[in-house]
Amino acid sequence: MTDTIANAAHFEAEPGHQAGHDADHKPGFFVRWFMSTNHKDIGTLYLLFAVTAGIIGGTISGLMRAELAEPGIQYLGTWAGAMHSFLGMAAPSFDESLHMWNVLVSAHGLIMVFFMVMPAMIGGFGNWFVPIMIGAPDMAFPRMNNISFWLLPPAFILLLGSSFVSGGSGLGAGVGWTVYAPLSTSGSPGPAVDMAIFALHLAGASSILGAINFITTIFNMRAPGMTLHKMPLFVWSILVTAFLLLLALPVLAGAITMLLTDRNFGTHFFDAAGGGDPILYQHLFWFFGHPEVYIMILPGFGMISQVIATFSRKPVFGYLGMAYAMVAIGVIGFVVWAHHMFTVGMDVNTKMYFTAATMVIAVPTGIKIFSWIATMWGGSLSFETPMLWALGFIFMFTVGGVTGVVLANAGVDTTFQDTYYVVAHFHYVLSLGAVFSLFAGWYYWFGKMWGKSYNELLGKLHFWAFFIGVNLLFFPMHFLGAEGMQRRVPDYADAFAYWNNFATYGYILMAIGMGFFFVNIIWSLAAGRKAPGNPWGEGATTLEWTLSSPPPFHQFETLPRVD
Amino acid sequence: MKTLLKLFAIAAAFGMAPAAALAAVAPAPAATSNAAAAAAAAAPAAASVPAPPRAAPVAGIGQPSPDRIGLQPQVSEIGEEAAWFHDIILMPVIVVISLFVLALLLIVIVRYRRGANPTPSRNTHNTTLEIVWTLVPVLILVAIAVPSIRLLAHQYNPPPADLTVKVTGNQWYWSYEYPDMGVNFDANIMPDDQAVARGEPRQLAADERMVVPVGAVVKILTTSNDVIHSWGVPAFWVKMDAVPGRINETWFRADRTGVYYGVCYELCGARHGYMPIAVEVVEPAQFRQWIASRGGHMPGAAPAAAAATPAAATPATTNQSATR
Repeated sequence: MTDTIANAAHFEAEPGHQAGHDADHKPGFFVRWFMSTNHKDIGTLYLLFAVTAGIIGGTISGLMRAELAEPGIQYLGTWAGAMHSFLGMAAPSFDESLHMWNVLVSAHGLIMVFFMVMPAMIGGFGNWFVPIMIGAPDMAFPRMNNISFWLLPPAFILLLGSSFVSGGSGLGAGVGWTVYAPLSTSGSPGPAVDMAIFALHLAGASSILGAINFITTIFNMRAPGMTLHKMPLFVWSILVTAFLLLLALPVLAGAITMLLTDRNFGTHFFDAAGGGDPILYQHLFWFFGHPEVYIMILPGFGMISQVIATFSRKPVFGYLGMAYAMVAIGVIGFVVWAHHMFTVGMDVNTKMYFTAATMVIAVPTGIKIFSWIATMWGGSLSFETPMLWALGFIFMFTVGGVTGVVLANAGVDTTFQDTYYVVAHFHYVLSLGAVFSLFAGWYYWFGKMWGKSYNELLGKLHFWAFFIGVNLLFFPMHFLGAEGMQRRVPDYADAFAYWNNFATYGYILMAIGMGFFFVNIIWSLAAGRKAPGNPWGEGATTLEWTLSSPPPFHQFETLPRVD
Repeated sequence: MKTLLKLFAIAAAFGMAPAAALAAVAPAPAATSNAAAAAAAAAPAAASVPAPPRAAPVAGIGQPSPDRIGLQPQVSEIGEEAAWFHDIILMPVIVVISLFVLALLLIVIVRYRRGANPTPSRNTHNTTLEIVWTLVPVLILVAIAVPSIRLLAHQYNPPPADLTVKVTGNQWYWSYEYPDMGVNFDANIMPDDQAVARGEPRQLAADERMVVPVGAVVKILTTSNDVIHSWGVPAFWVKMDAVPGRINETWFRADRTGVYYGVCYELCGARHGYMPIAVEVVEPAQFRQWIASRGGHMPGAAPAAAAATPAAATPATTNQSATR
């Protein structure tokens, strides 16, 4: 039994009850939004937070693209000068201007990973739909859910605030999202890196609490009849992701705490002169960092499965294979970390192992790609906006996946390590993978969450501009990397200008696409049609479509029964 | 300081670093012009042999080319093997897989659109198909793994070295040392105007080039004085991180003369993008001339002017404190 059609006859989503008066007993504004224990409101907060962080992180990428539009340094001096005059400091030196580039690179990475993708996927869509999809009234620990969210704003403020204090050779933490020692220890005096580390501590604690909450909720609060093997694949994806978070984030927390004590309390964990080892930090970081990339993509896999099934009017093909492929990806994801470190000076046998282990991940990933296509095979496909994003996801994630197989080969990675080829690869799996799935989920559930239907034309314009834009932006980066252009530099040899120029046009097109996205939100919330409970028809079989749009403040006070 | 000491201890244990060489690693030059002066000062005055002329780079060789969509031309055996593996095995495989997925998507979109197929099937299982799409990728990966592992084995099985060059990363320049030949110098980025004037690519040109003989097996030892750097030259298929407190080893054998550029590949602070690498591969005779012009000597030969070279083997510590 793979599909999870709820028998609506078994329960009432209290629509009649709703019609007459507001029986939700919603608290007042402050209590509702600042002291919330409601999974949907907390999910909304997470989504608003992620959109805000996405705007900031996306703007930073625009600044970087502007600087990279042409060889030479065009704007960094001006921007650093503006920061310095804002803080009443002397005009920046050349090095201080260049340091700002590293700050932009680091901030873009950290913001997009910890403050955009993760809050949107897990905190936002996870909070909103995991309880509903398993037929639960709320999360297992509603108050812990609230603190999970409210740890994020201070974390974000700490990270943004770090840009205004000294980070060694300039303002802000210019150490990359990987925060490698000894650049992040002896290489970066000043409080900026400490603040960035604290930001990661808080964001990590937030995610660990969230993970505990999801695991408990999914294991204990499923409606009668909702066995593990009947759970929608989005719930499976969040379950696997929560385990990855729970196991990986403490390692990051330990590693960055060691950075902190190396910086401030005279320890030498990562200092060779004191008997420590800088490479140990990289092992610890990537033991977290590799599962982290699956943390960012697995919920996307889940959302894509729901969207594909809905718009194909067909249950997911090979449900058990799909669920356990995610489990396999999660497990293998923990034993491949050193493929991020092939050039640190590693034993040849170690490299052979990590090459082979990394390639193994392609197998469960392939199962997912082919199962999505098989789900559509024989289906009755319609191409509303969420489906366009899902189709785009499948192809773009395939492209990002196969370049991952190239990079998995340690012998080939010798030349690709730390080049734009890697930048292209991880933007294909994240900016065209995770972000495509976020947009698929956003349009899929927009009416459900806000009670208003989004504008289909604007949604499609958003998709096409974004799809063409990001491909134009990131595909030429493969060529730049193959020729040896290194990551994380504001200036480059003139020969690299040709493909960087393409990338800049791609960014502009992508930004126009985002314009449609924001116009669509405003237009739909202000003037959109009232969303029906189930706008997608017979293909939408999960429990959220049995509720009104938006769902009542508290749903499933009488538990649904799933056949 | 401690790092330097430890580095020295390691280097001495390997028996390849004259104490004077380490001591000569001066504190970071403040600016490029100073650096050039410092490098000139470091070269013994006794060098009477004129330096051979600097070769001019060839467009597209050893450096990126504007609209190329592939790897730089490889000039080492390992590089050729790796480029073959990438261009002949990996690229066709990933292009075919991507196009296969794209074709399936297009077929599905056309054949199973609602207009063409109003009634969906309920088919959710096909065991044969699921086994096939699990096993076929496994076989493809095994096929990839064979040449991949072979390439790795070759990379880690170098012929006996003809020459050792120790490369030390500093914020933000490279220090080169030929321990068997008594030559060492720092290489800074060449200012844009100078690079353009000399017909070299800006951002890639360095004021000093690492010179090696053609066809020689060059053992590269990398380490760092501050943060992690990474020494990489795409045309040789070589990249090795320079980690403080460690000495990493890699190697290459360039089979064609010419100028080959590389950069620092690991984020190392503000001027990470400003520490390029220029390697000039020359005929052996020219290499000997270059070594002599630097006041060095070929291994086995007596040092040209032992008296003229700075302090031979006095304890490094005193030298260091003196230079500091």
